[in-house]
Amino acid sequence: MTAAIQIDSVEKSYKGFKALKGVSLTIEQGEFFGLLGPNGAGKTTLISTIAGLIRPDVGSIRIHGHDVVSDQRQARMKLGVVPQELVFDPFFTVRETLRLQSGYFGLKNNDKWIDEVMEHLDLTPKADVNMRALSGGMKRRVLVAQALVHKPPVIVLDEPTAGVDVELRQTLWKFISRLNREGHTVVLTTHYLEEAQAMCQRVAMLKTGNVVALDTMSQLLRRVSGSSLVVHLKHGTLPEGLRHLVAHDQQDENNSGNKYTLRVNEYAEVEGILARLREGGAEIDEMQLQQADLEDIFIQIMDSGSAR
Amino acid sequence: MNFFSVGFRTLFYKEILRFWKVATQTVAAPVVTSMLYLLIFGHVLEGKVQMLDGVNYTSFLIPGLVMMSVLQNAFANSSSSLIQSKITGNLVFILLPPLSHWEILAAYVSASIVRGLAVGAGVFIITAWFAHLSFVAPLWIIVFALLGAAILGTMGTIAGIWAEKFDQLAAFQNFLIMPATFLAGVFYSIQKLPPFWLAVSHFNPFFYMIDGFRYGFFGKSDVSPWTSLAIVSVFFAVLAAVAINMLRRGYKLRH
Repeated sequence: MTAAIQIDSVEKSYKGFKALKGVSLTIEQGEFFGLLGPNGAGKTTLISTIAGLIRPDVGSIRIHGHDVVSDQRQARMKLGVVPQELVFDPFFTVRETLRLQSGYFGLKNNDKWIDEVMEHLDLTPKADVNMRALSGGMKRRVLVAQALVHKPPVIVLDEPTAGVDVELRQTLWKFISRLNREGHTVVLTTHYLEEAQAMCQRVAMLKTGNVVALDTMSQLLRRVSGSSLVVHLKHGTLPEGLRHLVAHDQQDENNSGNKYTLRVNEYAEVEGILARLREGGAEIDEMQLQQADLEDIFIQIMDSGSAR
Repeated sequence: MNFFSVGFRTLFYKEILRFWKVATQTVAAPVVTSMLYLLIFGHVLEGKVQMLDGVNYTSFLIPGLVMMSVLQNAFANSSSSLIQSKITGNLVFILLPPLSHWEILAAYVSASIVRGLAVGAGVFIITAWFAHLSFVAPLWIIVFALLGAAILGTMGTIAGIWAEKFDQLAAFQNFLIMPATFLAGVFYSIQKLPPFWLAVSHFNPFFYMIDGFRYGFFGKSDVSPWTSLAIVSVFFAVLAAVAINMLRRGYKLRH
């Protein structure tokens, strides 16, 4: 089966600054794929290149087999992009905006689908309201609707939930999940790593224009192993022999005692830690074992460089 | 290239809808401005000067004002739409879909023609009450109005793509379009100019648009309408080629 998005050795520079340094990725049809990275990693540049808004200096990108430069018409028909910026045309209502966007993709008499998209994104009551009069969250919904108006098989969401309320997030993810179940490929960039962890089957992490991690979510969570043991001491302090396990920036002093977050690679280590605490005269008030999540992995990978 | 594609028709409709929603500013205001020109210049100069042989000044002025309105508003439509879309970021809605560069140019230019002609018609309807106008060769009127609007719509597209801020667009308008229009014989016949400026005027393509347009009314012009048609057509072809090339390359649109 043809890949939904095939990215081969893509490089892009701006005035000497290399934003993408030979990125290669294959996103299969039907995947829910996360593209993660800190600010300036190259995520938006990569998405803009996929969307044809930026032309790569080197390399190629194909969407469902169509090159985004040489076969741009077909490639763009296959793609729906929700831009990161909250942009809108102040002259038009929500319905006009969606009808126009539909027409740009060559679709007329598309009102049935437009109504369905609006319904799923709770936009129906605002259909005849001018874009200027909408709240930020509503404008974001319209951006999502615009990207979906031509039923693209590949949907790219560039930080779709930035600065929006919980209600929209839930509405949006419910609808996007449905589209993904129906076979649409979804590519998501987000700074909310818990969203990525909940939604994405596979993740690529970008750092300074390079892919530094590319794996399934479950493999990533397993590969960069480790949990955290949070101990709240009623009496005593952490023995010297355990100090090296303290996660950086995690030590917290308060009135009721000392709270420490200790790195644990295997559950078997917990018993040893407890024994050493007892030996050191420390008395545990509260204790919690936390599983490593995507955020921990993200920080580890970004700190270390590559985990590919 | 398909000028009747849904994509082209949608972008064309959007551009029409855009200016029509603010018609007070985009249509009514320029009509009033032209009316003021006619009242002031017509009142001051009527009876004192005669331009083309046997044509009184007010009658001479009206076609010039109509054409000036057509040209300026055609330019304003495409240029302001593009710069606004670029600055607010909503140009992305045009760049993401599979619209070809031909469809984009044709839509912006066609909408500019519609606005130019709408304003021109408005100016004509209002000002025609002030003088007796004949229509010796109406086909020339239509041809030069269409070509003039298409040229300025194309120039507006080029300026809108090139400019990165309103200031740059204003410079394009104030230092290029406005002088070229005013010095093209809107208010006078270039035959009244000193030899040097008469020669300079012949290098101004705007002069041929206005002169050819005026020929349609009076059957008299400073140069042959066929010469004007040839020059204006070549000018349009060159500008259209420049605009298409900019769109094809993604100049200042796709990085």
